[in-house]
Amino acid sequence: MDVASFLEQCGIGITSGGFLGLIAVGYTLVYGTVGLIHFAHGDVVMLGGCLSLAILSFLVPLPVDPLTGCLIVVLAATCSGLFCGCMNVCIDQFVYRPLRNAPPLSPLVSTIGVSFVLMNVGLVWIGPTDRAFPEIFLESTRLIGGVPVAMADFLVLVIIVPPVFCLYILLRQTRFGRSLRSIAAITRATARSGEAGKLVIATFFISGFLGGVASVAAGVHATTINYQMGHQMGLYAITAAVLGGIGSVPGAIVGGLIVGLIRAISVALLGPRWAITSVFLVLIIFLAFRPQGIFGKSKTRGGQR
Amino acid sequence: MRSIWFCQPNPSAFRLLWNIVVCLTIGLNSFGCQKIESNRVCLVSSLPRTGVSKQLSDEVVRGIRLAIDEVKAKAGRFTLEYRDLDNSAAASGRWTSEGEAANARMAVEDSDVMAYIGTLNSGAARVSMPILNYADLLMVSPANTAVGLTKPGLGLPGEPNVYRPSGRLNYIRVVPADDLQGPLAADWAFERGVRRVFVIDDAGVYGRGVASLFADRCREQGMTVLDHVSIDPQAAEFKSFVGSVMSADPDLVYFGGSARTKGGQLARDLVSAESEAILLVSDGCRTEAFLEAAGAASLEGRCFATSAGLSPQQADCEEKLLFLRYRQKYGTCPSNAAIHGYEAARLVIRAITDVGQKDRRAIVESAFASQVDDGVLGQWGIDANGDTTLQEVSVSVVRDGKFVHEEVMSTAGIGKKDGSR
Repeated sequence: MDVASFLEQCGIGITSGGFLGLIAVGYTLVYGTVGLIHFAHGDVVMLGGCLSLAILSFLVPLPVDPLTGCLIVVLAATCSGLFCGCMNVCIDQFVYRPLRNAPPLSPLVSTIGVSFVLMNVGLVWIGPTDRAFPEIFLESTRLIGGVPVAMADFLVLVIIVPPVFCLYILLRQTRFGRSLRSIAAITRATARSGEAGKLVIATFFISGFLGGVASVAAGVHATTINYQMGHQMGLYAITAAVLGGIGSVPGAIVGGLIVGLIRAISVALLGPRWAITSVFLVLIIFLAFRPQGIFGKSKTRGGQR
Repeated sequence: MRSIWFCQPNPSAFRLLWNIVVCLTIGLNSFGCQKIESNRVCLVSSLPRTGVSKQLSDEVVRGIRLAIDEVKAKAGRFTLEYRDLDNSAAASGRWTSEGEAANARMAVEDSDVMAYIGTLNSGAARVSMPILNYADLLMVSPANTAVGLTKPGLGLPGEPNVYRPSGRLNYIRVVPADDLQGPLAADWAFERGVRRVFVIDDAGVYGRGVASLFADRCREQGMTVLDHVSIDPQAAEFKSFVGSVMSADPDLVYFGGSARTKGGQLARDLVSAESEAILLVSDGCRTEAFLEAAGAASLEGRCFATSAGLSPQQADCEEKLLFLRYRQKYGTCPSNAAIHGYEAARLVIRAITDVGQKDRRAIVESAFASQVDDGVLGQWGIDANGDTTLQEVSVSVVRDGKFVHEEVMSTAGIGKKDGSR
């Protein structure tokens, strides 16, 4: 692989890693708050993709000029984010909340159940085949500062950077963020009511919102969506969250970027069949040396994080 | 007062009454059974009725129904009943081993079932073939193309005998196998001036099989096979992979697989990367689902698909009665899948009519001895392995957003038949 190809693969990896990181933040926020791996999160993202496809396919005549395209996509991402956020809150309140005091396996199994239900909703919604995501821009590449830039990749960055920035502000600069970080491990009992309960609702909403935004980025990047996309994206995003240190928001984003890069480079070097194997091999080796992930805190003997 | 229930019964009258009841019961039952068994014959199909392959299955089923309607649901003295069974699961969107095995067992256990039309996927046939073989139930596939299902020495070790545990043959297919499609596709590419090919498959039974045969033939023809790579059919996109394809600079990219296994996405990513190579895909991609996923407009004139058998769009087929009836009934022209479904059903009906009794073994033997002189796709028969004697493969090109017939190839040589519209 020459330098140009390597840089090209890095670009693809960073783009795909960006939205994987955004999805991974959803996993990590929920886990950090209620200690639950929300396996259905990938399928929530998939349904967000279905909604954005509907918005972009039927409401707006495409392709358009770059500025209008960006505005349209930001609008679609916002709608999709709100939709996924509300859906995530509903799932939590109706499915997970009654199981807060249940044995750990019960909510875990119910997340898997919700995942299958949502997948079938997607099947009914968009059908069984790959659905083409509409072309947003009139031109596929554009010279920016003399460098040819793929407009789709540029658009993915336009979609994912603002929410990451807003999340940073939210977590670092607001009372809500400080509260959220201070309850990094709410016990299941306290999560049921009071202020902690509101924080849990907010966490599920934010996680869903970010997933919805990521779904538009995923659609723009892959150019198609299908009802099974949530499964594999979820798998990569969980890996990213664990690699970055589950419970750590910066860790999830960095983990996403690393997973995207490993995936892109391994596909180019070894072939597409080895992408998942390569990603998990790196995860296994890394965790053997650093079980808590990149930004995770190691457990003390008393089990305190 | 003594109750009537405690009176002493008259033994002889009681015995007489009992005998009458028993005789009536046996007589009525046997009469009823005989009546049902003598008049009704069941024909089942096992196809994926949900998921990506639903469209193809719908067309096969239409062909079957048309064949049954043509004979007014009669096969000799029998009344034909058709059951359209589903071997897929909604969650997976594809055929499942459980679904296919259940359909096969159901068919075997029902003594009225005399033929099993299916499957669409070669992998599914591997599940049901041994089950049906034990019961000597005729199985006719309108779509399986994997070579190992019938041809000794060309498939996996042990094939095809592993599908024939009884030692007898019961499986027939009305489409030519991949040992025709793959090599003839390579011949077509060579004739077109292609010298550097990049071969991709979906890692499945069918896709890998046809792609390997294509690659082998390319090497025989002296073409350079730059690489033969299997993709992950679960992947969301292939942008990184397409970079390696582009850097190899092929004249032609061949994909063995289907729309369900990401053929459309691969084509889309190749076009997005501004690849100038011709794209040639196997018959699993010759569907609307493929065009929808790939974006038909971007494939205009540069994406070709092979399909086993003659194309329905050939001019000499247009005047056939089937086409008129099909168009009358469904409003469209029959596709390849519909024609093969129709031919499969006609073969079955003819065998049942010829045998004239519910004898599964005799029906199988009759089907194997069939010689079709008035077939939609010409004259054909069944060889000793259960394969059709048809030796043609059609090539279609994407034009005006759909696949349009371009050429016919056969083992006798590539002959251009301009039937494109």
